[in-house]
Amino acid sequence: MQNHKKYPPTPSQTVGPFFTIGLSSTDAAGGLASPVTNEIAGEGEEIRIRGRVLDGNGDPVPDAMIEIWQADSKGSFTNCEFMGFARSETGAGPDHCFQFKTIKPAAASNLEAPYISVIVYMRGLLTQAYTRLYFSDEAEANSKDIVLSQLSEARRNTLLAKSQQAADGLSYEFDIRMQGDRETVFFSV
Amino acid sequence: MTSIDWSQHPPFIYPDYKSSVLRGPTQSMLDIGALYAKASAIRMGELSGSLTDRFVPGEADHDLIRNAQQGGAPLGERIVVSGRVLNQQGKPVPGVLIEIWQANSCGRYAHKVDQHDAPLDPNFRGVGRCLSDRDGSYRFYTIKPAAYPWKNHPNAWRPQHIHFSLIGQSIDSRLVTQMYFPGDPLLGFDPIFNATPGSAQERLIATLDLGITEADFALGYHFDIVIAGCRATGQEEKTAESRTATNAES
Ligand SMILES: [Fe+3]
Repeated sequence: MQNHKKYPPTPSQTVGPFFTIGLSSTDAAGGLASPVTNEIAGEGEEIRIRGRVLDGNGDPVPDAMIEIWQADSKGSFTNCEFMGFARSETGAGPDHCFQFKTIKPAAASNLEAPYISVIVYMRGLLTQAYTRLYFSDEAEANSKDIVLSQLSEARRNTLLAKSQQAADGLSYEFDIRMQGDRETVFFSV
Repeated sequence: MTSIDWSQHPPFIYPDYKSSVLRGPTQSMLDIGALYAKASAIRMGELSGSLTDRFVPGEADHDLIRNAQQGGAPLGERIVVSGRVLNQQGKPVPGVLIEIWQANSCGRYAHKVDQHDAPLDPNFRGVGRCLSDRDGSYRFYTIKPAAYPWKNHPNAWRPQHIHFSLIGQSIDSRLVTQMYFPGDPLLGFDPIFNATPGSAQERLIATLDLGITEADFALGYHFDIVIAGCRATGQEEKTAESRTATNAES
């Protein structure tokens, strides 16, 4: 495969501290807001996802950006009626949480649990980091998942979003730890 | 399957760039492709689906000289920035959402957190976007951004740059980067630029291009961008190639 790649990729650089003017759907004035929002619409069970990005001191990062990519409620990544991509920044609220409203994806195959792909960017991060969010209330599917089943329990736990039934519906809490003994598992894709 | 090509991208932790020290992951990346290799019939979601042509920017969003005017023209040196989006086989990638943001001609961002006491320009927002067209080309009109100070180390200044974000194909081709200007004497002192592997650095620098320059209006800079994500299987690769070839002919 390598020999197909005649052209090396343009190097990544940090998103920097001021990205919200260009990349946010809420922070740009004058009709210049990004067409990428923090909501994914479609058939299925509506869920909310929120979480923080924590640095090596355990402090929440106020200038991080999270993007998600997911299958639809039937497990398809190629449904052209469905846009499974969204973006949220941590600086929007006082608690430095990213927040998404979406629908719960289904498993894409019988060797996988339902999951959401997550891309992490922030000031201080020179190259984006990929991880995945799995659902804590899918224990049965998680135990058979091709990725989770190859991880130690401690590492696997960093990928589980905790479900909670809130007044406004089902929500999941997913903190991303950049460092420390509970450092989130990051993937090269 | 390959993992992140660290010969081309800056590392997660580069101590000269202070904020990377507590924010970059310390454990090695897990090669998700290797985990999936156990079940070769499944295609992982990160390589699936298409994001091209899915997000459509406004008609005039690519013209930063005009897109935030409040009754006057922005101050500073007008420039044109143009180039092509290519994949790693050198094929143009159409339909990629390109989002840019930058400081104004005084080195100030129209961002509430920017503390630099250089003036804001009421006629310049520093935000633009467009889609790459059939042959992967894009074109922005803007004002040349100035250098600005930052707090990384005493007397630290960022070289002139424009931030770029590209969304195209599947999410493994996602790229956030910065474009620099040729001959900028600050480049050699910038830890963000210097964190990039030496042989890859020059690909972050635009070239002055008289072919892009518009006479009596604005100097032109050429900046091609190569995104990852041509890891399709043989069959799909062929389909993608023939689609690109069709696009090039039409
Ligand atoms: Fe900047």
